[in-house]
Amino acid sequence: MIHSSLAQLGAALRAKKISSVELTQTYLDRITRLNAQLNAFITLNPEASLAQARAADARLAAGTADALTGIPVAQKDIFCAKGWLTTCGSKMLHNFVSPYDAHVISQFNNAGAVNLGKTNMDEFAMGSSNETSHYGPVKNPWDTARVPGGSSGGTAAAVAARLCAAATGTDTGGSIRQPAALCGISGLKPTYGVCSRYGMIAFASSLDQAGPMGRNAEDLALMLNVMAGFDERDSTSLQRDKEDYTRDLNKPLTGLRIGLPKEFFAEGMGADVAKAVEDAIAEYKKLGAVIVDISLPNSKLSVPVYYVLAPAEASSNLSRFDGVRYGYRAPEYSDLADMYEKSRAQGFGAEVKRRIMIGTYVLSHGYYDAYYLQAQKIRRLIAQDFTEAYKQCDVIMGPTSPSTAFKLGEKGDDPVQMYLSDIYTIAVNLAGLPGMSIPCGFGANDMPVGLQIIGNYFDEARMLNVAHQYQLATDWHNRAPQGL
Amino acid sequence: MTWEIVIGLEVHTQLSTNTKIFSGASTAFGAEPNTQADAVSIALPGVLPVLNKGAVERAIKFGLATGSHIAPRSVFARKNYFYPDLPKGYQISQFDLPVVGQGALTVQVEALSGNAKPYEKTVRITRAHLEEDAGKSMHGDFHGMTGIDLNRAGTPLLEIVSEPDMSSAAEAVAYAKALHTLVRWIGISDGNMQEGSFRCDVNVSVRKPGQPLGTRREIKNLNSFKFMQQAIDYEVQWQIDTIENGGTVHQATILFNPDTGETRAMRSKEDAHDYRYFPDPDLLPLEISSEWIEQVRATLPELPQAKQARYVNELGLSAYDASILTASREMADFFEAALGDATAQAKICANWIIGEVSAQLNRDGLDMTQCPITAQQLGGMLQRIADNTISNSGAKEVFRTMWAEGGEADAIIEANGLKQVSDSGAIEALVDEIIAGNAGKVAEYRSGKDKLFGFFVGLAMKASKGKANPAQLNDILKKKLEG
Repeated sequence: MIHSSLAQLGAALRAKKISSVELTQTYLDRITRLNAQLNAFITLNPEASLAQARAADARLAAGTADALTGIPVAQKDIFCAKGWLTTCGSKMLHNFVSPYDAHVISQFNNAGAVNLGKTNMDEFAMGSSNETSHYGPVKNPWDTARVPGGSSGGTAAAVAARLCAAATGTDTGGSIRQPAALCGISGLKPTYGVCSRYGMIAFASSLDQAGPMGRNAEDLALMLNVMAGFDERDSTSLQRDKEDYTRDLNKPLTGLRIGLPKEFFAEGMGADVAKAVEDAIAEYKKLGAVIVDISLPNSKLSVPVYYVLAPAEASSNLSRFDGVRYGYRAPEYSDLADMYEKSRAQGFGAEVKRRIMIGTYVLSHGYYDAYYLQAQKIRRLIAQDFTEAYKQCDVIMGPTSPSTAFKLGEKGDDPVQMYLSDIYTIAVNLAGLPGMSIPCGFGANDMPVGLQIIGNYFDEARMLNVAHQYQLATDWHNRAPQGL
Repeated sequence: MTWEIVIGLEVHTQLSTNTKIFSGASTAFGAEPNTQADAVSIALPGVLPVLNKGAVERAIKFGLATGSHIAPRSVFARKNYFYPDLPKGYQISQFDLPVVGQGALTVQVEALSGNAKPYEKTVRITRAHLEEDAGKSMHGDFHGMTGIDLNRAGTPLLEIVSEPDMSSAAEAVAYAKALHTLVRWIGISDGNMQEGSFRCDVNVSVRKPGQPLGTRREIKNLNSFKFMQQAIDYEVQWQIDTIENGGTVHQATILFNPDTGETRAMRSKEDAHDYRYFPDPDLLPLEISSEWIEQVRATLPELPQAKQARYVNELGLSAYDASILTASREMADFFEAALGDATAQAKICANWIIGEVSAQLNRDGLDMTQCPITAQQLGGMLQRIADNTISNSGAKEVFRTMWAEGGEADAIIEANGLKQVSDSGAIEALVDEIIAGNAGKVAEYRSGKDKLFGFFVGLAMKASKGKANPAQLNDILKKKLEG
């Protein structure tokens, strides 16, 4: 059962071959057994999960079930869920029980899905290895000495280890795609504005986007059907007609034009990653796709631009964590300024502080024009590169991450090396485009490699089609880590 | 050598929307602390702002009323600073792209010295932008701690910034009063100064004529025109004294203490915040179409200046009367409702409102909206004056009764027998009787003692119990005495 797809689980539930309570309990038992090794979950609430499962069973019995009714879905701990501890991976919110549901959470609730638990993550989604979490690092199920990637590392590890059927992630610079690649699962970051950000704790508002993580493209499509949708509480949410993201899954790929940016296949990519990606491209050719060489000349500036804009927004977004109304407050302080300083010094971890300081600096009087404004200009150039590229191709492909999963602690002392692991994913966020990662083989040390698929705006259905056709022809996505 | 005073104003006016600028929480004043603080007001993790269209409409109204440029595209920016009553750690405001651009307001300035005439002054408006208010910190009885009330957090404000065009406290007060009238007139704010709906920051500097601008100090948060006058007077003198004694004025933010009548520095430029403004990524740029502007324009009432001109040109009122009648929209509405179609009675109507009505309101501590007499009731009385049913003294009695007991003029006239006698036969009989009974005085009058005429009028009026039509009585008396 734990290796079934969402469609299979849904069918089994509707056919009463299994109840939602049984399925939920199966996963809860598995989490109880394995979470000590993986640390994929921060919070479990079996009573709440099973109550939802019972409600789902009633709905299944009544014949009013939707595609995901009764299916346990884990939620990244960045989403506020009513009655659930919502920490965002930080000590700052170690005691924050949300009084309300994020839009994404209420979408799942309305669909009758079961909230299985809150997954571990880099603190405030700042990190690429899940080592910045206040609740300890997540271990990669393929090799527990290695990182799962980040920031949605808990979700990626949980899906890979079959601790849940599917789960949510968020992606500001690669936080869905990079851990998906490093853990050998599939993940999709939709076009900016497709999923409401309401109730999703903000890191960098103009880049943050929620998306599904699961074992295959079809599962992602079913998840996105639930997650996507206009929400008037988010001014950047896009008012569009409801889509069925499964609609194009079975289209043939004949004539599909795949753009390969020369900048993604240059120095910096590991040979093992290059090999797996090139094999995947070869597979696509067999499926009828044609290859187009393209260029994204400004993409090399993505990392510096991102590390101006994202910290700038974060420095302001994280100002509300001041110890005044909720969350962590230092136990002792002498006056107001001291309370702020101690609460924030003790409540935030090193990486978060580093980014708050960078962000504060680039927004400061006298530096704003040189950093923030300049970065915004380059951001537009990066987006224009993609617009130009899509005149010649339908999707863009390349590696998701330059290397496979690295060892815990390996890059901890070198933030710039850590930042470079998102070198292929960041441009997509800066342009607001949809991007995904699917497993495409194994590299050194038998660690998974991810293939990145970047689509044009609102082209999620086509990307899922492109991924699904590959997954029909290959079985990388069905490989599971052994020994769990 | 005299000093020139340079003054500019920043006015925060609270917009009269029912809900907050970025959430659905109520803006009603005076609720129990934190009962109007929703998830957005508290700035819970994950919540997002959504712009209130009503606040934008009010900003557009203000722009139209001051002939200002209304930006087709403006941008909300975050102003970052930490304070416990600022829940997000930033205020959403507008910075380099405000919703309202340059405009102007022309105001009547009453000169300070008694014999100088009032004059017109045009103050240029630099900009007006939308922003959210902060909550309130309360340092009362919290066992040494500070209480935070976030009911006000997120209340919409329009900050109206003027050019430094004013050169006296009188001009600054006149401008502030005109703005205060205008925002209530066009219905964008209740203008309640006690509740903080209209707060003024005043930038003051002094210089010698022909010299560049002096260093300014900003007096924060004045919520009364009287305090504004006092604060500016004190501050100007302080700056002049400081410079004349060889000192230097340093840029600073200062507070006015109404108890001592003095200003004192709150913080200097050195500890000024770096607010790190940047466009708020949670809000899209605000786009205002010309269609929207025209829709809002159609809802604008006739503005005070247009009304004044109409009163002078079409109703023949003096500029002074016109300016008093347009001091508030309630006053102007009352005047127009009382006058109705009887435009020939405009002057007498104006006199009654500026005179008796205003005096009574003042005596009873009421404002126009609380006037116990309706405009229609007053209009009914004015008609009876016009058609000679009652005399002026009779009208005063009708007015007193109306004020105290209510009722329509006709009923009061009837009940109190105030109808004046215009029957010439009755008046003649009365006059004949007086002439017959005062032969000596009549002889004196006829021999040239004209001043006795008033004596006879008095007697006749008394005999008629005050009801004789005075003009008629005069005619008949004159004729009979001289006959």
